[in-house]
Amino acid sequence: MDWLQQLINGISLGSIYALIALGYTMVYGIIKLINFAHGDVFMLGAFIGFFAITRWEMGFLPALIIAMVLCSMIGVIIERVAYKRLRNATRIAALTTAIGVSFLIEYTMIFFRGATPEAYPQVLPNKNINILGANISSQTILILIVTIILMILLQFIVHKTKIGKAMRAVSHDADAARLMGINVDNTISATFAIGSALAGAAGVIFGSYYTRIDPLMGVLPGLKAFIAAVLGGIGSIPGAMVGGFILGIVETIVSAVGYSLWRDAAAFVILILILILKPAGIFGKNIREKV
Amino acid sequence: MKKSKAFWGYLVIALVIYAVVQGMLVTGMLDLYYQNMLITICINIMLAVSLHIVIGITGQFSIGHAGFMAVGAYISAICTMKLGLPFIVGIILAGIVAAFAGVLVGVPSLRLKGDYLAIATLGFAEIIRILFLNIDYVGGAAGMVVNHATTWTYAFFGVIITILVISNFTNSRHGRGCIAIREDEIAADAMGINTTYFKVVAFVIGSLFAGVAGALYAHNFYIIQPTAFNFLKSFEILIYVVLGGLGSLSGSVIAAIFLTAISQYLQAFPETRMIIYSVVLILVMLYRPTGLMGTKELKDLFKARKKGGSEV
Repeated sequence: MDWLQQLINGISLGSIYALIALGYTMVYGIIKLINFAHGDVFMLGAFIGFFAITRWEMGFLPALIIAMVLCSMIGVIIERVAYKRLRNATRIAALTTAIGVSFLIEYTMIFFRGATPEAYPQVLPNKNINILGANISSQTILILIVTIILMILLQFIVHKTKIGKAMRAVSHDADAARLMGINVDNTISATFAIGSALAGAAGVIFGSYYTRIDPLMGVLPGLKAFIAAVLGGIGSIPGAMVGGFILGIVETIVSAVGYSLWRDAAAFVILILILILKPAGIFGKNIREKV
Repeated sequence: MKKSKAFWGYLVIALVIYAVVQGMLVTGMLDLYYQNMLITICINIMLAVSLHIVIGITGQFSIGHAGFMAVGAYISAICTMKLGLPFIVGIILAGIVAAFAGVLVGVPSLRLKGDYLAIATLGFAEIIRILFLNIDYVGGAAGMVVNHATTWTYAFFGVIITILVISNFTNSRHGRGCIAIREDEIAADAMGINTTYFKVVAFVIGSLFAGVAGALYAHNFYIIQPTAFNFLKSFEILIYVVLGGLGSLSGSVIAAIFLTAISQYLQAFPETRMIIYSVVLILVMLYRPTGLMGTKELKDLFKARKKGGSEV
């Protein structure tokens, strides 16, 4: 077994987790809601990409962009219809609604097209490149490049643009931001749009890498991406990236040493350990609770 | 005096319901389909009520209840199928082991609050499920064949005991402590309530009865598989409690009866069932976030009506 090979597999799985986790962490940072429907936006992204490639015969990049645009719209619709009324509701009500939205998306999808999985077409050139004894497919490299570009873009939006500044302000203190003349509702919608676009991109990347998609595919990656977000420190964007990569590498190593059935358990064990030992996560700040 | 009178009244009503249904089952007026439906309703009531004590009374958001149900189901199945013990011993052991699992999960995770607690309980439930998936002794992913042993008598008395224990707990000193934690944990702490202790006690009682319900479930379905206890099951139980009203025991019972009956009729259309579930869940949360009954019980509604219905 080649460690470098496994490490690279882990990084490419981790980059998908990281892309989904970014949406979780941004939404949680801004409205303190675990958006359970986020994993299903990821699923929708994979299917939009699938239809774009098979029906409209697009290449990988146009499909990726279409999936991102449509997913960001879906994200905004979900936020406006379901979550907007719940800004001041209890945590339990918000979380239950999110679970309800997640089920609604999954089962509406199954209702319209059945639960059968779909084979993703080969859209990326697949050549093996040998680096230091590890066989790396060109797919992996392309996926990594796309992921890194998206992350840099996100960093640019959050730190250099006006809307990014507004997002940071709202997540810091929504009331103060409103007093400063920031349109909080639009900022929250923008957060959902960006997060969902990243989830949609992750969906297309997942599809073209693992070649199998189905309407319930978003559940487990969604949960694991949430774990990645908690691991990195929820609300922190670099945290979500690092958490995603760590989770991907750990999972790949657990399967590589022959415990592939325990792979999912490993993620949850990480979650529980981090929640008990350091609930703020790797990059999180410890916030003192106020009465 | 008045309270104990009401208690005996309820008990008599319960026994009459039991006797009538039992009579109808014996004489064959209700066939196997309805018997199965009644047992499923009873099991779901037990699950809903046992989660109600955690979410509704103590205010701790747990979405991993199916994990304890799985523990109960597998332990009872091992008792009856592998060790040859009688069913009732299996039920009791299932409850005890599930309660023990409740301690193991509750002590570390109940320090967390809100969303973190929810996701941690979900994680524990998944770990329990994956554990059973990987133990060859209980059949792994293929599952375990279990004899049919659950009867209407077992199911009904399971429900009676569950409701009795949990309603008495709610009205006891411990229950008041739990309600105080639900209303304001910091204030409860300041009033000298040992919040961790009360939370763990409520959680353990909840998991005990989830284990018992799991035992009844296992012996009603001929086969148990780890996939039957995934987070979909946990969410289903959650839906009963949330729809019925957070903090209302009769609410969760009504929701469990109603939704189980609906899902039995929609069994041929599982997608439609889930779509209806989720739409109802979203609408209730948006327009009535406390659930259908709020924290009120069924008898409060009657009382309010007698007074002239001044309060809503």
